[in-house]
Amino acid sequence: MDQMPILAVNNLAVTYKTRKRDINAVRDVSFKIYKGENLGLVGESGCGKSTVAYSIVNFLGPNGAVTNGEIVFKGEQLRGRPESELRKLRGADISMVYQEPMSALNPSMRIQDQLAESLIAHRGFNKQEAYTHSIEALKSVYMPDSEAVMQRYPHQLSGGQQQRVVIAMALLNNPSLLIMDEPTTALDVTVEAAVLDLIAELKDRYQTATLYISHNLGVVARVSDKVGVMYAGEIVELAATSAIYRMPLHPYTMGLMRCLPDVDAPKGTRRLYPIVGRVPSPANLPPGCIFAPRCEHAIPECSEQHPELVEIEPGHRVRCVRASEWLGKKMIWLDREEALEPCPDRDDEALERLIKIDNAKVYYPVPYKTMKGLFGMEKRRYVRATDDVSLSVRRGRTLGIVGESGCGKSTLARAIVGLESLHGGKITFQGNDISEPLNKRDLMTIRELQMVFQDPNGTLNPTYCVGDQIAASLRRFKTVPPDQVQGEVERLLLSVKLDESYYYRLPRQMSGGEKQRVGIARAIASNPAMVVCDEPVSALDVSVQAAVLNLLLEIQTQQDMTMILISHDLSSVRFFSDDVAVMYLGRIVEIGPCESIYTPPNHPYTAALLAAVPRPDPDLEPSGVRLSGRVPSAVNPPSGCRFHTRCPFIIGDICQQEEPPERNFGGGHKIYCHLTPKELEQVKP
Amino acid sequence: MSVVTADEKSARTKQPSGPNQGATSARSMSNVSRRLRELVELITASKTAMVGLAIVLFWVFVAIFAPLVTSYDPNEQDYTAINEGPSAAHPLGTDQMGRDVWSRLAYGARTILILGPLSVSVAFVLGIALGLPSGYYAKWIDEAVMRILDAIMAFPTILLYMIIISAIGPSMFNVVIAIAIGGAPGVARLVRALTMDIRTREFVSAAKLRGDSDFQVMVREILPNCRGPLIVDFLMRIGYAAFYIGTLGFLGLGLPPPTPDWGGMVQEGHGRMIANPWPVLAATLAIVSLVIGLNLFADGLREEALRYQ
Repeated sequence: MDQMPILAVNNLAVTYKTRKRDINAVRDVSFKIYKGENLGLVGESGCGKSTVAYSIVNFLGPNGAVTNGEIVFKGEQLRGRPESELRKLRGADISMVYQEPMSALNPSMRIQDQLAESLIAHRGFNKQEAYTHSIEALKSVYMPDSEAVMQRYPHQLSGGQQQRVVIAMALLNNPSLLIMDEPTTALDVTVEAAVLDLIAELKDRYQTATLYISHNLGVVARVSDKVGVMYAGEIVELAATSAIYRMPLHPYTMGLMRCLPDVDAPKGTRRLYPIVGRVPSPANLPPGCIFAPRCEHAIPECSEQHPELVEIEPGHRVRCVRASEWLGKKMIWLDREEALEPCPDRDDEALERLIKIDNAKVYYPVPYKTMKGLFGMEKRRYVRATDDVSLSVRRGRTLGIVGESGCGKSTLARAIVGLESLHGGKITFQGNDISEPLNKRDLMTIRELQMVFQDPNGTLNPTYCVGDQIAASLRRFKTVPPDQVQGEVERLLLSVKLDESYYYRLPRQMSGGEKQRVGIARAIASNPAMVVCDEPVSALDVSVQAAVLNLLLEIQTQQDMTMILISHDLSSVRFFSDDVAVMYLGRIVEIGPCESIYTPPNHPYTAALLAAVPRPDPDLEPSGVRLSGRVPSAVNPPSGCRFHTRCPFIIGDICQQEEPPERNFGGGHKIYCHLTPKELEQVKP
Repeated sequence: MSVVTADEKSARTKQPSGPNQGATSARSMSNVSRRLRELVELITASKTAMVGLAIVLFWVFVAIFAPLVTSYDPNEQDYTAINEGPSAAHPLGTDQMGRDVWSRLAYGARTILILGPLSVSVAFVLGIALGLPSGYYAKWIDEAVMRILDAIMAFPTILLYMIIISAIGPSMFNVVIAIAIGGAPGVARLVRALTMDIRTREFVSAAKLRGDSDFQVMVREILPNCRGPLIVDFLMRIGYAAFYIGTLGFLGLGLPPPTPDWGGMVQEGHGRMIANPWPVLAATLAIVSLVIGLNLFADGLREEALRYQ
């Protein structure tokens, strides 16, 4: 390619000033993006990928500054240009799409005004011109019902629609460079799939050079032509997407790839290989290769000399002294041969049903908006978060519950442990009725049913040290005699792979993964019969996810613990579960043994979920089933089958009028759908 | 060193609770000292906070060492020297009864620096007792508590103080009561808002899942995590309290004479302000400097704490 790159970044270095010291967040980053090319920057949180993006448009904030290198946009140096000139470029020739569509749009402006604003400001359009142009832009991102959308405010759109508006806005002025910072991270997986389709198509249509930032290898594989892998502020590998995914040459890239749970691998067939240790703070970098302390292939030389990013094969640059050794050796990074034996099938019927949930309903009252309502003259309306769910879990088994946000899976989990009260239905646990909320349950029941929470920053009380928080459980439930509490806490910490020194750590002195481990230790401290895990890894980086998932699986198998895993991630559910329930809008649409969920026949919604999972393999063609529309309100769920408003397989009025019947495929595999079993066989992701 | 730890270990197995707890408290002590060190770092990092702290510490120093930094009794009247300007004998002059203004200022600092924190502490006890359950239970408890507090807050502050003091009479104790009642609704609102946020965090759910009672959850899980904003609010309120104690003194509802009191000094002196501005000027500047000092300190602390969250 002789043509001039749209964007060339050379030896970029960015420094943030903090109270204690200056932090070199990004060092020696160089890349080029040509017309029509999509460069993906991947890396875990804190590796500097967003900083690179912000430095291009000079959004580094008051304490950040580009301290070295150059940023050349269409042959012109951007670094050091005055703000007034940059402002003209931004929004016109360089556009940006942010992670949170809701905060990227002004909530008090109609969509048409927001879109027109940039046209009027940058291109001097009058209102009428701007309006027609904006509608075209909305149509180009396949916004259904564009005219009506123009009149709406952001809160009246779904997350996917909002992100389409933001993308339309970014493309309004035909920018030469588009910077996308995790544009699909905040979206549900089915919506993400549709937005990724759009991004891939727009690239081909408009030939816009794109810098695409993501932490998700699957997403980048789907949209990018070239990938740069960032680690602790440096690019460690830069190559064409297919080259990186087929033959990663930097140990960090290899590590990232094999710590991902594979949505296509059944439980027990694959171990996850977490990357040991944690990303070094940019203020405290190791000498030599920054990845050396965590690298399993490190040789003494690695910690002495800082490797340069060198071209190992044409177009494939790697920052590793040993990279050339691995060149051409296929798959040395993935020990598939070492795959584990699949779990022996156990006799399900012999196992006692530990927990049985019958027609559980959890409703939240909607606040009254009228005077009539306040005086009790209006019928109370409810958000039906979980509506009529029945399932059971046998002792020692793991049930995964999947579904997108708002499907009621977390509400169900909270109801099981007693944090929400049931509006109807019954929960039986170890033969006892436990339909009452927590404050009416006795201590023995509470002790047997514990929970692992989602948010690593919220799961521990910031005030107390870790040991005291675990010890509080031990003391309350009298798991061990009072004089052995300290020893037991240390044993629990060891069982989650943290040493005793963590006893006196405060939560803020720990990483997200470590906090999540403490949360697990706290949950198993009372020696419960069942643990409910509510999205235990969704807030963690991939390399850490693997370690926590491994740990949970280890605890589950060693202690023969019964678990419920709530997750939106089908890959981790498959890695972890014996049985899976798929929920949509408060209802279960499909339930059965894990393998039956991941293979046809499927409920159309399950098929759409499976099709939407971004797979870290650029050669896989994106598959068919895509959902349109938005999840309906749980206050007024659709009549008949709740999925009929978005179902691509809808067969007619029956879907809107009648509750779907149960289709039993044997072995506990049930699908709730009007399609006949034969037709369901044809539903493929 | 290794011998000691081995000893400790064997002691632990034989006699588990004793040395073990000793170790725990020793470690938690180091936790406390670490937190103190971080607080000091926080304060020293902010110039605003440092300036504020210096002003406040100046008055604290003057209050503590009042007998050493002054050469007269604050109530000693010298009719040979009334309404004098500053001189070597009286650095800030004398008032209409010939009392040394600087002495009255120094001893007045004692009054304000004891009554201010005391009354704000009482306001905090009341405010937390109301705000914590209000934010935690929400629903009708919250409605009831908040409407009552709204009613109190509807009174202009000074009017409220005047009503309370007129009802119970002016005395040092009653000034504390009045300022506490006047401040409690504001504290309650702050605590309520913080509680409503914190109660949704997962560690609160985790505490419930180990069978903690509502009271335990509120006091052990929620309240300690409100401390940041509460400390800043506490400092701000001491500033306001100093100001209101002064105002009450000026209105003649403060401390009964001849107690040295900055507000009272303004009240006694303002009639002769043209002839002898010194008592009024000195007392006013003292109030202003203390209030500004406390506000600067609180502001600096808040900004610095927010900046590197």
